[in-house]
Amino acid sequence: MPATTSDNTPDTSPERLDRTVLDARDISRALTRISHELLERNKGATDLVLLGLHTRGVPLARRIADKIAAVEGAPVAVGELDVTMYRDDLRSQPTRRAHKTALPPGGIDRKVVVLVDDVLFSGRTIRAALDALADLGRPSAVRLAVLVDRGHRELPIRADHVGKNLPSALAERVSVRLAEVDGTDEVTIS
Amino acid sequence: MKHLLSIDDLGTDDIAQLFETAADMHDVQSREVKKLPALRGRTVVNMFFEDSTRTRSSFEIAGKWLSADVINVSAKGSSTSKGESLRDTVLTVCAMGVDGLVIRHPASGAAVQVSEWVDASVVNAGDGMHEHPTQALLDAYTLQRHLGSLEGRHVAIIGDLTHSRVFRSNVQCLTKLGARVTVVAPPTLMPSGVASWSAAAGFETSYDVDAVLPEADAVMMLRVQRERMSGAYFPSPREYTVGYGLTRNRLALLKPDVPICHPGPMNRGLEIAADAADAAQSVVLEQVSSGLAIRMAVLYHLLAGEEA
Repeated sequence: MPATTSDNTPDTSPERLDRTVLDARDISRALTRISHELLERNKGATDLVLLGLHTRGVPLARRIADKIAAVEGAPVAVGELDVTMYRDDLRSQPTRRAHKTALPPGGIDRKVVVLVDDVLFSGRTIRAALDALADLGRPSAVRLAVLVDRGHRELPIRADHVGKNLPSALAERVSVRLAEVDGTDEVTIS
Repeated sequence: MKHLLSIDDLGTDDIAQLFETAADMHDVQSREVKKLPALRGRTVVNMFFEDSTRTRSSFEIAGKWLSADVINVSAKGSSTSKGESLRDTVLTVCAMGVDGLVIRHPASGAAVQVSEWVDASVVNAGDGMHEHPTQALLDAYTLQRHLGSLEGRHVAIIGDLTHSRVFRSNVQCLTKLGARVTVVAPPTLMPSGVASWSAAAGFETSYDVDAVLPEADAVMMLRVQRERMSGAYFPSPREYTVGYGLTRNRLALLKPDVPICHPGPMNRGLEIAADAADAAQSVVLEQVSSGLAIRMAVLYHLLAGEEA
């Protein structure tokens, strides 16, 4: 079997000069704001389904769900979505490991689905996610929430809720680290 | 990896990775739209020179659910019956631009031979009495779902070992995963030379079903392969059942909830009684659905990535 690659692995080589753009408290504040925006836009949490995109969108979706639940006093449906099979670059890379897709028990039909991801960049992951959703059901609406929007879109896709707009050069590297995956909360650019 | 010809080609990491992918693929079976686009534009040919229901249809469905184009070629009704050689048939099909070739052939070593002739990825779907790697993978995957890790668990493989490629692949796969394997057969159906192999590979052999069953954590019954038997291996079917079949009485010897596997097709009343085949602990049909997930995982890993 070929070696598989995983997405968004933060570069930890020591010679890189990382600049922290969001620390743990900034991330928490951004997610709190996104949670409130979602509730405001949706007029409450009914029929809301948060779907985190692997890898780091999954813990982000859970955090947003927790924050919404704290405000609304009722749990929010949350799931995870893997788009590996739907990527348009499958063939130009070594075989990628697939992850689990887990929908909440109520499914996504006639629900407002909010896709949650860490970084919005080319938009190709979201394109793949929209295709994946179409195979899973028919949401009444699909929205997109991201922690960081770094620009450089290659497709006509935009986020509805953004934690931080981070204008970046194409050569720069934006890394999101989250406690659940990486042991620490921070967003750096290098 | 380019081909899947033998369990021997796989490391434990490869097997773990295939199982992870299979678990994801398993979910697709319960979806309304059973389709993933991963192999769009790829072509898979099932070449079956031996009869098959489950293996061929599950490879066909696996390919189709991954959006590959799948066609079936069988020996009956193909140019093989006009006397074309295997090499010519295979090269002809591959000249049409095939990406994956799933092959079953009555001759041991056929898949390895074919892989040397073609550019396509070759999957061994059973070659004579040699190997049937996807069957071993799906058996181990099914057992893992029931038993958790197979490390230190005791699996009994019982039946016609001499003619069984399932047994040969399974012993390798299960021992790689750390299971303790005991193989049981009448002396006439115990492969010659098994003593040195079992010593090297670390599995045990026995002629006594009743001694092995009470300590097994899983039981795998093998089909009596009459089509491969040229001589008399046992006096009568009845005698085989009495000595080595999983009968109602033997069912009672098992620890509770021990999963019972059979690769199919079953000879009910010969190697396995209806009581055992239809018992609550029988995982025969689950093996079939696992087989689909495993074959999807195999096709995905061989064909989705960049050209090797």
